[in-house]
Amino acid sequence: MSRRVFLQGLFATAIAAFAMTGTPRAEDHFITLASTTSTEQSGLFEYLIPIFTRETHITVHVVAVGTGQALQIGERGDADALLVHDPAGEQKFVADGFGVDRRAVMHNDFVIVGPKADPAGIAKTPDVIEVFRRIAAAKAPFGSRGDDSGTNRMELRLWKDAGIDPKQGGSWYRELGSGMGPTLNTSAGMNAYTLADRATWANFKNRQDLVILVQGDKRLLNPYSTILVNPTRFPTLKTADAKIWHDWLVSPHGQEVIAGYKINGEQLFFGDAGK
Amino acid sequence: MTDFSAALSLAGSLVFQLDHRLIAIVLLSLRVSLLAVALASVFGLPLGATVALARFPGRNAIVLVLNAFMGLPPVVVGLTIYLLLSRAGPLGPLGMLFTPTAMVVAQMVLILPIIAALTRQVVEDLWEEYSEQLRSLGCGRAQAVPTLLWDGRYRLATVILAGFGRASAEVGAVIIVGGNVAGFTRTMTTAIALETSRGDLPLAMALGLILITLTIAVNGVIQLVSQHARRGMG
Repeated sequence: MSRRVFLQGLFATAIAAFAMTGTPRAEDHFITLASTTSTEQSGLFEYLIPIFTRETHITVHVVAVGTGQALQIGERGDADALLVHDPAGEQKFVADGFGVDRRAVMHNDFVIVGPKADPAGIAKTPDVIEVFRRIAAAKAPFGSRGDDSGTNRMELRLWKDAGIDPKQGGSWYRELGSGMGPTLNTSAGMNAYTLADRATWANFKNRQDLVILVQGDKRLLNPYSTILVNPTRFPTLKTADAKIWHDWLVSPHGQEVIAGYKINGEQLFFGDAGK
Repeated sequence: MTDFSAALSLAGSLVFQLDHRLIAIVLLSLRVSLLAVALASVFGLPLGATVALARFPGRNAIVLVLNAFMGLPPVVVGLTIYLLLSRAGPLGPLGMLFTPTAMVVAQMVLILPIIAALTRQVVEDLWEEYSEQLRSLGCGRAQAVPTLLWDGRYRLATVILAGFGRASAEVGAVIIVGGNVAGFTRTMTTAIALETSRGDLPLAMALGLILITLTIAVNGVIQLVSQHARRGMG
């Protein structure tokens, strides 16, 4: 092997490898959806998107992040549509002109999970505000998402309604700065209470000592909306395809498909379209 | 220990069944990291050798920057590339964000300093050894660049492997610029991060074992080829 062959080989490898990634193919008919870790980690997309793709021949690339970051991705034009869960943040997003045509898609609910031993004595308390007060009074470890996600924003609203500033509370309140799954992993490791969406919890395997302690309060409803990123802001957005997805989600058929997603026989998302 | 034995048997069955999603993820990981290494080598080897041999003002500063950038934090590289490729950023019209190409760019930026800095060291050492000989043949510093790169090729293979190791192991940059999109930009490391966050620790660990095995295999192949070539040269 001469020097020239060696160098030519190096260049050829680089060019061949470059060709492998760069070329567009027919299946590149896709949209980018910014959505939340809770919908991804619940397994909903693995079930839903293949059905949508079969019917429309549009692939959906899901970037699953916290709702705060998903809204940020939409604002920068890096997704064509959003499926998120923070009504206040969504309204602001549309009012600021970053998104259009916000529509209700579905809801599930949040549950409060914690150690079986339940040191704060919250099990089966019907009023979630009372639950948060008891956790704070007992100074029992609480794992917070701390990542500006929809779940995190919901949790902070509940603390506010309970009249508690947990960040002044001391070491029992732990901001984990991570997604729903990692927060559950860490909370399980610390035997801490935490707020989780039911779908992620149902699909979560490393529960250790954690169980659902509180559920059912109306305040714990978790509504998801679909929003199209404002097509006038970035000319390269794939709005036509994104609108097919957006309309499909809220169509009677799409709603049926959503209602059909079950784990262990339990329905996880409930259609909200038209309400 | 049940966690590890569960992971081991799961890894075995995943490989044995040739799970098609696993194969797609493995191929994407290899494609992205090998391409990043190839591109970083094309630029990094000549750059490192030039810095080793050339004498110009500010050379020390460049050496310092190359050495320091070997430790570039992957999330910072990821974030920088993200802001550049975002539709709201300067390279937005290319539509490269959340694609494998974006991941290649991020990994290339990450390992270019490693390859350039280590190459500089290798070539500088070679120059000290052979400079008299080369000079007596009428070969100056500039002409020595290709000669020394060629003479140091076995040591440089290790340099390239160091770059590959960094590329195939990192998760911070690719998860930001690739978005961990299932079936499109999900690599071994981002899949491990995802399964960990789903609490499926045995599956995450099984994927980890497969990744480590793959890394050993790639290194083994390069070692064999280089030993074979060395023997061939006599």
